Amino acid sequence: MSPSVPLQEMIRAIRSARTQCEERGVIQRECAAIRAQFRQTDNGGRSHNLAKLLYVHMLGYPAHFGQMECVRMIASPRYSEKRVGYLGAMMLLDEKQDASLLITNSIKNDLSHSNQYVQSLALCTLACMGSAEMCRDLAPEIDRLLRSSNSYIKKKAALCAVHIVRKVHDLGELFVPSARSLLSEKNHGVLHGAVVLITELCERSPETLERFRKTVPDLVQIMKGLVISGYSPDHDVAGVSDPFLQVRILRLLRILGRNNEAASDAMNDLLAQVATNTDSTKTVGNAVLYETVLTVLDIKSESGLRVLAVNILGRFLLNNDRNIRYIAMTSLQKIVSTDHNAVQRHRGTIVDCLKDQDASVKRRALELSLALVSASNIRSMMKELLIFLSSCPPELRAQAASGIFNAAERYAPSKRWHIDTILHVLTTAGGDVRDETVPNLIQLITNTSELHCYTVHKLYRALLTDISQQPLVQVACWCIGEYGDLLLKGECQETEAVQVTEDDVLDALEIVLQSHMSTPTTRGFALTATMKLSTRITDNVDRIRSIVSIYGSCIDVELQQRAVEYNALFKKYDHMRAAVLERMPVIQKNSLGQTNGELSEEPMKESQPGKVKQEETALPPQPAGQVVDLLDLLGGSQEPLQPGSSVGGSASTQLTAAPTSAGGDLLDLLGGFEPTPLAPAPTVTVYEKNGVTLTLSCEQQSESGLTVTLTASNSTDSDISGFTLQAAVPKSVQLQMRAPSRDSLPAHGGAKLTQLVVLNNPNKVNLKMRIRVSYTCQGSVVQDMVQVDSFPGL
Amino acid sequence: MMRFLLLFSRQGRLRLQKWYTAISEREKKKIIREMTTMVLARQPRTCNFLQWKDLKIVYKRYASLYFCLGVEHEENELLALEIIHRYVELLDKYFGNVCELDIIFNFEKAYFILDEFLMGGEIQETSKQIVNRAIESSDMLQETMEEYMSKPAF
Repeated sequence: MSPSVPLQEMIRAIRSARTQCEERGVIQRECAAIRAQFRQTDNGGRSHNLAKLLYVHMLGYPAHFGQMECVRMIASPRYSEKRVGYLGAMMLLDEKQDASLLITNSIKNDLSHSNQYVQSLALCTLACMGSAEMCRDLAPEIDRLLRSSNSYIKKKAALCAVHIVRKVHDLGELFVPSARSLLSEKNHGVLHGAVVLITELCERSPETLERFRKTVPDLVQIMKGLVISGYSPDHDVAGVSDPFLQVRILRLLRILGRNNEAASDAMNDLLAQVATNTDSTKTVGNAVLYETVLTVLDIKSESGLRVLAVNILGRFLLNNDRNIRYIAMTSLQKIVSTDHNAVQRHRGTIVDCLKDQDASVKRRALELSLALVSASNIRSMMKELLIFLSSCPPELRAQAASGIFNAAERYAPSKRWHIDTILHVLTTAGGDVRDETVPNLIQLITNTSELHCYTVHKLYRALLTDISQQPLVQVACWCIGEYGDLLLKGECQETEAVQVTEDDVLDALEIVLQSHMSTPTTRGFALTATMKLSTRITDNVDRIRSIVSIYGSCIDVELQQRAVEYNALFKKYDHMRAAVLERMPVIQKNSLGQTNGELSEEPMKESQPGKVKQEETALPPQPAGQVVDLLDLLGGSQEPLQPGSSVGGSASTQLTAAPTSAGGDLLDLLGGFEPTPLAPAPTVTVYEKNGVTLTLSCEQQSESGLTVTLTASNSTDSDISGFTLQAAVPKSVQLQMRAPSRDSLPAHGGAKLTQLVVLNNPNKVNLKMRIRVSYTCQGSVVQDMVQVDSFPGL
Repeated sequence: MMRFLLLFSRQGRLRLQKWYTAISEREKKKIIREMTTMVLARQPRTCNFLQWKDLKIVYKRYASLYFCLGVEHEENELLALEIIHRYVELLDKYFGNVCELDIIFNFEKAYFILDEFLMGGEIQETSKQIVNRAIESSDMLQETMEEYMSKPAF
């Protein structure tokens, strides 16, 4: 080989440049020289010039002015120039460049050249950068070459055909016959090309796939030949005969055997043979085994073979080579849903891989471990996962945390374990958990009333150690506020008792309030918690008052609002403070959503927001169906009625429907109105039957507006459930039914049900109302009707 | 199929690039930058496989050069390692104890060898001897043609 001296001199010059600037200077000079040379029509060193340009291009400098030179060189009759020209075309002329079309003709000519090396250049270039246009033009040529007698050309033509099929799918049809006949070749290169071509054709079109299924026996034969045959020096790699061809054939068999019983049967024996005979000490053998396993798991193989495949993967998991462990886990991930038990057997090894140094292996192990968690192994798996979480790389933390939460939710063996696990995750990876973790955890805590004492002690201790993890701090503040009295009592069954004074608790909360690490949300939690403690502690109420009043002038608007409201609670409405800051009721699971955030802010006495929400969605469909009935029954004014419709619930609406029997006091919390002494509205009993009493009172709100309050009570011995009221009024009157306060009536008048009805009577017609009562008592549904013709107070 | 093959040094300088799909220059530069950063950041005894976008990246280090192959999803990663090794063996046979400098100063020869071994993103020839013989014959052709043809025949 004759070294290209001018090229090497230039390379030496560029490499000796000491700074980037110097290098740029050298390159600019060289490029100028090259450009000048290009303009000259003919000289002996054309190939060297282009080679120089290609080197400069590889360093990252622009070289587009060499494109036309490539075209010219490809057309040259000299082999050396063609060689460099084609190389330049592959590097500079991709199909996006306009100049690429210009070489189509040269390629066409060279494909029929007498010398096979020139043909090979053309084939290589076409396969590398041929555009769809060029492929369409030259496809017939390629097909002709596929039938030539020269195996050197045939193998290249096969791969060129693969590229053509990838670019122009329709041309696949053209190559099917030649591809079929190539399978009978002995030359491995041609055979390999043929297998690649058939794979490509089968992947593109299902009909072609059907036709090629008949080749399965031939492929099996070829594979058998490769596996059993003796040492062939030409193709041997570390004891495996032509692994590249073997892997390709296995891939094709996979595609042909997928979803097809007959084809899968035909290859069962072969796959078993390959799986057992291949030497797995070197990477090459493992590559073939890997492909075999993938094929077995993808086709309709018999169970014995499947077990064999999973066992091979199990062996891979124990291999010292990290690469092999990595691919074993990748494959196991694919089958963990279908062959769950088989994969479970290797759980120990997989969990060990969590401790591997390599981040790729760790990631795979994490995914697989999370998929393997089940009710029986939850405790041990969680231990491992939590250890992993404390030492895992940051990019995997969020995934690990959410995976742990999901697993804990599905398989938690006990509530205490569940809470402990979530607390553990919050302390180790608190910054990477999702936002809804905080309300989820709070809901979980309120639901486990027996562990309140334990939980609040644990959280208090966690708060003392570290206040940087925001979700943890938020939950801790909330719990201390709610269950502060349990904390101060000191004794606790589950953990050892520790004496906590009121000052300690207030100190802790104050630290959170003042720390620069606390977000505004966290501060809000802490302030509310401090406020709640005012009813749960005895001595330091003044301290709380001072804390709260300080924040009355805080810059943060949210905190300021809260502080001002709490101040008002201290000053003007001190009598209500105890009632307002009472223990929260158990939060229903369905009520999670937007209302959740507001729940902690607006302590309400008798709030059942979750139930009400469900109630409201349930009510609208009902009246529509029964409107017709009421229509028929409404005598008198013969007006089509307005079915009662409920308004969608938000917390403020909820408040207006809140038991008005408690007086209008609660309304004042929001706006700070002056409490208006409510004159007891005149009530009249409109319905009394079977122990169920319905009373009605109304109040004129404005010229045409009227508020009617319906109150129901139950004096029987049994509970009543599903209690609903429907109302109909004359046409010109507008009616709006608010949500009822409850839907059940306990026995012996345990609680009353109230529903507000807002009427608007602009035409001042004679007001009548027909009310339908329906409820379930002792298993039977009762429905009744009552008409109200006169309204008290009107 | 293979999407690209990159060779770069420990300092991140590109020594060879082969692309088997049509991508713009900007896109190529971006991929090269990302590959070099990703691969050079890897610890010594870690796994040779990486997941990047929808491709699998298989890389191996030989002396001062990193060979980085970007393959599609269905490809066998262990076989990709074998492909890289086969290419190194071919270079070694051709240059005789190949080192990085050989590839720097004779980059066009490295490309010619690659083009005899891989084509269109697939393996072209599975026998080492046949590839070597083909390269030798092409080189011979180049020399004889140069001697024989003193003027261009058009």
